[in-house]
Amino acid sequence: MNRFKNWTLLPLALFVVLVGFLGYGLTMDPSKVPSPLIGKPVPEFELPALTNPDRSITHEDLKGAISLVNVWASWCPSCRAEHKTLMALAQQGAGDGFRVVGLNWKDERDDALEMLRVFGDPYTWNAFDPDNRVGLHFGVYGAPETFVIDRQGIIRYKHIGPLDPRVWEQTLRPLVQQLKAES
Amino acid sequence: MSWRHTMIPAVLLVGLILGGPTGAFTLEQYEFDDPARQAEFRNLIGQVRCLVCQNESLADSQAGLAGDLRDEIYRMMLAGSSRDEVVDFLLARYGDFVLYEPPFRLSTLPLWLGPVLLALIGVLVLRQALASKQSAPEQDLSPEDQARLQQILAPRAEQNQDPRR
Repeated sequence: MNRFKNWTLLPLALFVVLVGFLGYGLTMDPSKVPSPLIGKPVPEFELPALTNPDRSITHEDLKGAISLVNVWASWCPSCRAEHKTLMALAQQGAGDGFRVVGLNWKDERDDALEMLRVFGDPYTWNAFDPDNRVGLHFGVYGAPETFVIDRQGIIRYKHIGPLDPRVWEQTLRPLVQQLKAES
Repeated sequence: MSWRHTMIPAVLLVGLILGGPTGAFTLEQYEFDDPARQAEFRNLIGQVRCLVCQNESLADSQAGLAGDLRDEIYRMMLAGSSRDEVVDFLLARYGDFVLYEPPFRLSTLPLWLGPVLLALIGVLVLRQALASKQSAPEQDLSPEDQARLQQILAPRAEQNQDPRR
C-alpha cells in the first residue's frame, strides 16, 4: 500500500517540474537568440567606410582596442532611441579606453549620413553594409545589436536590442572594465 | 439586423482572403539546372527558421533578413556547397535555433529523449498501479460488519417486495 502511494505522487511531482520549466520559460524573451559567436574571433570582412567609400575597413581594424560594434540603420526607430546613449558612451570611451564603432546595416548611404549629421556621430568609424553581406557573418538578425570585441578581436558579448544607461551600467560597463584589466 | 450587418463583414472577409499576399517573392527566382538540387534547396529553406518572424521558415518569410539568407544559401548551393555545409554555415552564425529540427547532440539530448522517457515513466507508473491493485485483494467483511450490512439492507429488501410494484 505504501509503495503504491509513493507512485501516485509521481505524476504530481512531474507536473510540478513541468510547471517549473514553463514558468522559467515565461521569464525569457524568445526574440533574443543567443549567439554561437561568443568567444570566437570576429569574422573576416572588408567593407567600404560609410563616410568615405574609398576607405576600406576590415576585421583587422577591430584589433588593438576594446570596441563596441553597434549594428544600426537609419530606418530603425530603436537605433534612434539608443543614439543618445551611444553619444554619451563615445565621449566616455575616449577617456576610458574603449571606442564605439558602427556597422551600418541594410541602409542607404545618404540616409545614414543624414542621421549622423542631424543627431551627431558617436562612431570612430562606420562600415557600410547595405546588402547584409557582412552582417550575416556576424549573425545579425535585427537592428540594433551591439557586439563587445576585446583587444585580440574576439567577440565577447552580444547585446540584442537598444542600449540604454541601465544596460550599460549593469552589463556592458563591468565587461569593458574586465576586458581592460585582462591585458 | 439589416443585410448590412452581414454583407459588409462578408465582403471585407472575401477581400481579405483574395487580396492576401501581394508583392510577395516567388521561389521561381531561385533556379538550378539540376532539378534534384532545386528540390534540395527548397527542402532546406523550408527547414530553416527566419529569426525575425520565428514561426516562419525561410521559404515562407517576407522579412528582409530571410531574403538575404535565401540569397546566400542559393549562392552557396550554386557554388557547389552540400546541404551539410550550408547547415554548418548557418549554425555557426545563428546557432541551433535557426533549425526547426535541432541537431542531435549532448545539449539537445533532453529534447530528443525527453518524450520517450516520459512515456516510459508513464508505462511504469501504470504497471505499478495495476500490480498493486492485484496484490491487495478485497477483504471479506468481518462477521460484525456483515451483520450490520444486513441490518441496513433489510428494510430496503422489504420495500422491494412491496406488492404495489
